Amino acid sequence: MSTTTQAPETTRTGLLLRVLPVGMYAGRSRALVERSFLVNRRTWLQVVSGFFEPLFFLFGLGFGFGKLIGDVVGPGGETISYVAYVAPALLAASAMNGAVYDATFNLFFKLKYAKLYDAVLATPLGPLDIAIGEITWALIRGALYGTGFLTVMLGMGLLTSPWAVFALPAAILIAFAFGALGMACTTFMRSWHDFDLVQLALVPMFLFSTTFYPITVYPGAVQFAVKCFPLYHAIEVMRALCTGYVDASIVGHLAYFVVMALVGVVVASRRLGKLLLA
Amino acid sequence: MTTTTRERARVCPTPTAVWLVVEGLWTWYRRNWRSSAVSSVVEPVLFLLALGLGFGSQIQPSAATGGLPYVQYLAPALVVASALQTAAFESTYPVLAAFKWNRTFLGIASTPITSRQLAMGQLLWIFLRLSVSSAAFLVVAALLGAVTSVGVIGSLFAALLTAMALAAPLVAYSASLDTEGQQFSAIFRFIVVPMTVFAGTFFPVDQLPAWVRPIVWLTPLWHGTELSRASAFGTGELLPVLGHLVYLTALVVIGARLAVRTFTRRLEV
Amino acid sequence: MRPAIVPDVVAETAVRDGGLVRARGLTKQFGDFEAVRGIDLDVEPGEAFGFLGPNGAGKSSTMRMVSCVSPRTGGDLTVLGMDPRTQGPDIRARLGVVPQQDNLDNELTVRQNLHIYGRYFGLSKAHVRAKAVELLDFAQLTDRADAEVEPLSGGMKRRLTIARSLINDPELLLLDEPTTGLDPQARHLLWDRLFRLRQQGVTLIITTHYMDEAEQLCDRLVVMDGGKIVAEGSPGELIARYCSREVLELRFVTDKPDAAAAEGLADRIEVLPDRLLLYTSDGEASLAAAHQRGLAPASSLVRRGTLEDVFLRLTGRTLVD
Repeated sequence: MSTTTQAPETTRTGLLLRVLPVGMYAGRSRALVERSFLVNRRTWLQVVSGFFEPLFFLFGLGFGFGKLIGDVVGPGGETISYVAYVAPALLAASAMNGAVYDATFNLFFKLKYAKLYDAVLATPLGPLDIAIGEITWALIRGALYGTGFLTVMLGMGLLTSPWAVFALPAAILIAFAFGALGMACTTFMRSWHDFDLVQLALVPMFLFSTTFYPITVYPGAVQFAVKCFPLYHAIEVMRALCTGYVDASIVGHLAYFVVMALVGVVVASRRLGKLLLA
Repeated sequence: MTTTTRERARVCPTPTAVWLVVEGLWTWYRRNWRSSAVSSVVEPVLFLLALGLGFGSQIQPSAATGGLPYVQYLAPALVVASALQTAAFESTYPVLAAFKWNRTFLGIASTPITSRQLAMGQLLWIFLRLSVSSAAFLVVAALLGAVTSVGVIGSLFAALLTAMALAAPLVAYSASLDTEGQQFSAIFRFIVVPMTVFAGTFFPVDQLPAWVRPIVWLTPLWHGTELSRASAFGTGELLPVLGHLVYLTALVVIGARLAVRTFTRRLEV
Repeated sequence: MRPAIVPDVVAETAVRDGGLVRARGLTKQFGDFEAVRGIDLDVEPGEAFGFLGPNGAGKSSTMRMVSCVSPRTGGDLTVLGMDPRTQGPDIRARLGVVPQQDNLDNELTVRQNLHIYGRYFGLSKAHVRAKAVELLDFAQLTDRADAEVEPLSGGMKRRLTIARSLINDPELLLLDEPTTGLDPQARHLLWDRLFRLRQQGVTLIITTHYMDEAEQLCDRLVVMDGGKIVAEGSPGELIARYCSREVLELRFVTDKPDAAAAEGLADRIEVLPDRLLLYTSDGEASLAAAHQRGLAPASSLVRRGTLEDVFLRLTGRTLVD
C-alpha cells in the first residue's frame, strides 16, 4: 500500500521541480505531517468520528433504501443487492468529502487565521513542502478511513472480487486529486462566504453522480453533464473494483484523476508561493 | 452641528429588548444571507430532486411509502430534516463565535439588554430564520409537485417545533463551551447525521432492526417527521399527535431555560 | 463647534451618597481565587480616576463589577446611586464601557456597529443615525464609515470602540487598558479624545499599564496589587509620598555597583544588577557627592521621579505572570 502511494509522488515532485521556481521545495514536507499528527493526537475524537459518517449512510441505505428498492443492476449487468451497489459509491464520496474539507476549510483557517504557514516559511521549508505535507496528511487520514470502510464492507460480504485490493490505492489517488484541486481553489478564496461555493460544488456532485441510482435515470443531456463530474469517474472506478467487473475504461477514469492531481498541485503551490512569499 | 434629537437611553421592556437582539442579528444576516440560502434552501431542494425524483424513480409506491410516489412521501419529512440541520448549524458555530471569537455578546452585556433577553433573542432569531427557509423549501417542493395537500402547512409547524427542540438545548450547550468548537463536528456526526439517516425521513422506521427503534423514538426528528406526515397526509390520530407535541414542546422549554442559564453564567461572571 | 457629546446629565444625577461610584469592602471571588479583596472606592462626578497595577492585580475584575456585568461576591457597591445587583440594566443604560479586548462586530461596517449598539440602549433609529454621524467625526472615522471593521487598524478599531461606548451619552465612561497595543500616534489621538470628553464633564475610570498615560489622564489614581488597594492619591502626591523629586541613576559596566559606598547619599538607594538608583531631592548634588567619595560609574543620569518608580516600589520588580 505504501509503495503504491509513494512511487508516483516522487516522480511527480521530480517533474514539478522543473516546472516550479527554486526555493519552493526543501524536501522536508515530513515536518508538516509530523505537526498534523501531533495536533490530531489531541483532537482524536474528531479524527475518529470521521470514520463513522459513511458507515451511518451505509447502514441507513442498506436497511432503509435497500428494502424500498430491492435488488438493482450492477456494473456488469448482473443483479446485485442495493447495499453492494451503493457502498463503493459511498467510499468514493467519502474520499472526496474528506479530502476537500481538509484542503479547503482547514487550510483556509490555517492560512488566514492561525498564520501557521508564515511561521513555517520562516524555516527552510517552502510552499511546495507545505502543499505536499498537508496533502500527505489528508491522504494518511483518508487511507485510515478507507481501510475502515473496506473492512466493514468485507465483513458484510460486499467485496466479491480480488480486484477489491486495488480499491484502497484507487481511493487514495482520488482523494489526492480532490485534495490538490481543493487546495488550489482555497488559495483563491477571500473570506468564509466563498465556502458556500465549495458546498455548492460538493452537494450536487454527491447527490447526482450516480451515487444512489443508475445514470439511465437521466435524459441524455444530463447524462453527459454528470459524466463530466469527477465524482462520477471515482464511483465508476470503485464500483468496478469492488464488484470485479473491470474493463479498459478504468484507465480513462484513473487518467482523469492523474491530470486533476497534477493541475491541482501545480496551481496550489504556485498560488501558495504568491500568497505567502509576497 | 449639534444633535437635534435629544434622547435618553432607557431600559426596554423584555419583548422590545428581545426584538432588538433579533434586529442586531438580522443586520448581520442581511450582509451574509447567501451562504445560508445555499445551505438551507438550495441544498434541501437538491436532496428532493436527487432522492425524491431520481432515486424515487426506482421505487414503486407501496405500503412503506403510504401508497404515494416516493417524492411525495419524502417532501413533508425532508422539510423537517432540513430545518433540523439548519437549526443545528445556527445553534453552534454562530453562538460560540459571538461569545468567543467576535465577542459581540460580551459587548451586548454592557448594554441594558440582560443575558436572559439575549438568550431569548438568539432563539427567536433562529426560529424566524428557519420559518423563512422552511417555507421557501415548501414552496419549491409544491412547484415540483411533491406536495399533496394544504396539510403541509402543519408540516411547516412541525418542522419549526422540531428544529427548535434541537436548537434550544444546543444553543445552551454552545454557550457553555470554551473550546474551538471541536465538539460540534462530533455532534453533527454522531447526533445530527444519524438522526437524519435513521429517524424516518427517507424510509419507515420499522425497516430498522427492533433494537434500534427505541433509540430512534428518543430523537426529536422522529417525532417531528411523524407529526409532519400525519398533517400532510391527513393520517393523524389524536393521542400520538398529542404525545409528539408534548415531547417536542418539553424539549423546547427545557432547552430555552438551559440557554438562559448558560448565557447568564457565561456573561455574568 | 464641538458637539456636546454629553448632555447636562451629570448635574442632575442624584448622587446622594457622594460619588458616582462608591465601594466599601468590595470583594470578588472566582472559586478559591480572591481577585478583589475588600477595596474602598469613591469616584466623584467629573474626575478622571485611574487604576494602576500589574497583571492579575484585580483591576479588570473591579472594572467589570463597576460596569455591572460581573456580580460582586461581597461588600457594598453603588454606581450612579444604584445597586448593580438589582438595577444593573438601569445603570448600564447610563454607562459607556470600553473593554480590554475590542468586541466589535467585525463583519459589519463601522456605521452599522454604532447603529446596532445604540439600538440596544432603546434609542430610536433616527436618533442613532444622527448620533453616529457625530461620533464618526469625533473618532475621525467618517471616511471609513461604510467600510467593514475587520480590515481596520488596531487604532481605528479602538477609536470605534470608544465612539460606540459614547452612543448613549454616558455619564460615566469605563476604559479598560484603552491604549494597549497602539502605536504612539494612535495613543496620542486617543488621549486627545479623552481630554475632550473630560472637558465636557464625562467622568472617566481608566485602567492602564502605562504610567505616562496615568500621569497624563488621571486626576486621582489607586495602585492595586494582589486584589488590594496599596496606595491612593493624585500622581503628584503619589510621587511625593513613595518616590522623590529626582532620581540619580549610576550605571556600572565592569565592577559591581557598590551600595555601601553610596550609603547616606540619598533618602533611599536601590541596587540593580548593573546600576544604583538614588532617590533624592537634588540629583546633581548627590552626583557630585558620589564623585567625591570616589564612586566611578560608567555613566550617570539625573531624572525626575515618575509614577513608574512609585509603581515598581509598591508592586515590586519581579514578574507577576
